[in-house]
Amino acid sequence: MTQPMTHVQAVRATTRVREASLGARLRRIVFRKSTLAFALVLPLIVLIGGLILYPFGYSIYLSMLNKAETRFVGLDNFRFLFRRETFWMVVQQSVIFTVTAVFFKSLLGFILAHLINVLPNKRQRLWRGLSLVPWVMPPALSSLGWWWLLDPSYSAINWIITSLGGVRIAFLADPYWARFSVILVNIWYGSPFFMIMYLAGLKSVPADLYEAAEIDGATRFQRLRYVTIPMMRNIIAVTVLFSTIVTFANFDIVRVLTNGGPRGMTELFGTWAFKLGIQSGDIPQAAAVSLFLFPILAVLAFFILRNVSKRASEI
Amino acid sequence: MSETTLSPAAAGKVGSIRSGRRWALILAYIFLGVFVVFFLFPPYYMLVTSFKTDHEISSLAGIPWIINESPTLYHYKNLFTNTMFPTFFKNTVIVTVCSVALSMAISILAAYSLARMRFIGSTVLATGVFLTYLVPDTLLFIPLFKVLGFLGVMNTKWALVLVFPTLAVPFCTWIMIGYFGSIPKELDEAALIDGAGHLQMLFRIFIPVAMPGIIAATIFAFTVSWAGFLYPAAFIFSNDEMILTVGTVTTLIRGDVYHWGGLMAGALLGAAPPVIIYAFLMDYYISGLTAGATKG
Repeated sequence: MTQPMTHVQAVRATTRVREASLGARLRRIVFRKSTLAFALVLPLIVLIGGLILYPFGYSIYLSMLNKAETRFVGLDNFRFLFRRETFWMVVQQSVIFTVTAVFFKSLLGFILAHLINVLPNKRQRLWRGLSLVPWVMPPALSSLGWWWLLDPSYSAINWIITSLGGVRIAFLADPYWARFSVILVNIWYGSPFFMIMYLAGLKSVPADLYEAAEIDGATRFQRLRYVTIPMMRNIIAVTVLFSTIVTFANFDIVRVLTNGGPRGMTELFGTWAFKLGIQSGDIPQAAAVSLFLFPILAVLAFFILRNVSKRASEI
Repeated sequence: MSETTLSPAAAGKVGSIRSGRRWALILAYIFLGVFVVFFLFPPYYMLVTSFKTDHEISSLAGIPWIINESPTLYHYKNLFTNTMFPTFFKNTVIVTVCSVALSMAISILAAYSLARMRFIGSTVLATGVFLTYLVPDTLLFIPLFKVLGFLGVMNTKWALVLVFPTLAVPFCTWIMIGYFGSIPKELDEAALIDGAGHLQMLFRIFIPVAMPGIIAATIFAFTVSWAGFLYPAAFIFSNDEMILTVGTVTTLIRGDVYHWGGLMAGALLGAAPPVIIYAFLMDYYISGLTAGATKG
């Protein structure tokens, strides 16, 4: 790449700043190095501490207050949640939504990455770019497009169904079709991300491994099974784990398409917490609901960290 | 056995591999075509709808993904003259510019320090930054609602300028640590001997050399803020302070009649800036994104 160029520029830049007596400067730099180092990360610490860690701790405290936030009620909010049918429906839907969407995003991303990787290098850019469009559009806005696309009476999908002699489907009003629809839109939005990660993974597999396998007479499937997948194991794991967190915590697609309905069948933790906290003003209950994202986050984060550091030590 | 002459069987195999490759290529194009239709149909349909007259949108005649009557710019004109859309757009630009600048300033300084200067707890902090990248917005919006209330910025765009960096900074810092870490150490030794201070080194060497990484991080911060939906939905309730995503979803839908044309026009205009930016800078962004996962 442009490494030599920038290197030269950088060296030139350093000669430009050559000035002042060497000894005094060096001593001063050593003396204040750690102070300066800390000063440089201070804004980061303030941001993470003030707007991530503190709110997280505060959220635990909030979840133990009564609705008016005047009295400490311990774990009552959680106990109340466990008794509510809606809660268990949200748990069920979150699991179905996340597992199905992540599985298909991963599968489609994997296929797509392979398809693009087969093309000659100069063609790859265009197809990769076209496939990235769903992921580049703000999901809240593209969900509006899907909403219109899934409209029961006037829109394209039902037009195709009726022209083929089928019966109109009320995609967003029928509970099971609504579940199908939010998952479909999530797959549409997310599979390009998997494609990008898997494509990078495919490119990092040394070509001589494939050549060796081919000479040994390995079939296409065997090459996939014994070369590609083992070499990409790590990137697959990190991408799947990361996407699981993001999918589990989804808000915008469900909010725009179904707003949790019909009859709460598509409600996720994020959308339900929003309804309880922001729309109904029950902040403590909403804090309790959104805290359920934390254990999932913690477990997945543990595995991601393990994969990332394993990868680092392999290199 | 001679190495130069191929047996007929081997020659046939080479030929079949070659024709196998050609077939693989043709099949790849066919399947890619199917994928691209799936991926691009929704935005295409939005575009077509935005040029249709209300009359055509609400009629059942004709193929829906073709403009059957004369196309119109009415929805776009209406968007700019009769709705709050220009205000939303302006607010989004303000919020995005401010939060991107804030995010980049914080993450460049921190990444330089974490990549090059060791101090007590710096490795723990680097890991911590990575972990905060995994924290989703849905986990924190409830307590942030209260925190922004204390800070007195609730229902203003400044609330968003404060909270969007919490989503952008961890990732930006993480990839900048990677980019800064890959700069050869000899370069800063040379600079130190030449008498450059740390800040001079950062601005004259690290930032220019790590420009691709900075571009990738900036695009990420831009996306987080431009496409942000939960935070504005939770923290902004007045139309004057509203931003594009939430504004389009909530205010352009009036009553029982959905103004599909206007809605689609607004959604497309809101989606256009990120799409245009990615079209030009996609390679930077992808290398930054995949470096974050593959480097570690």
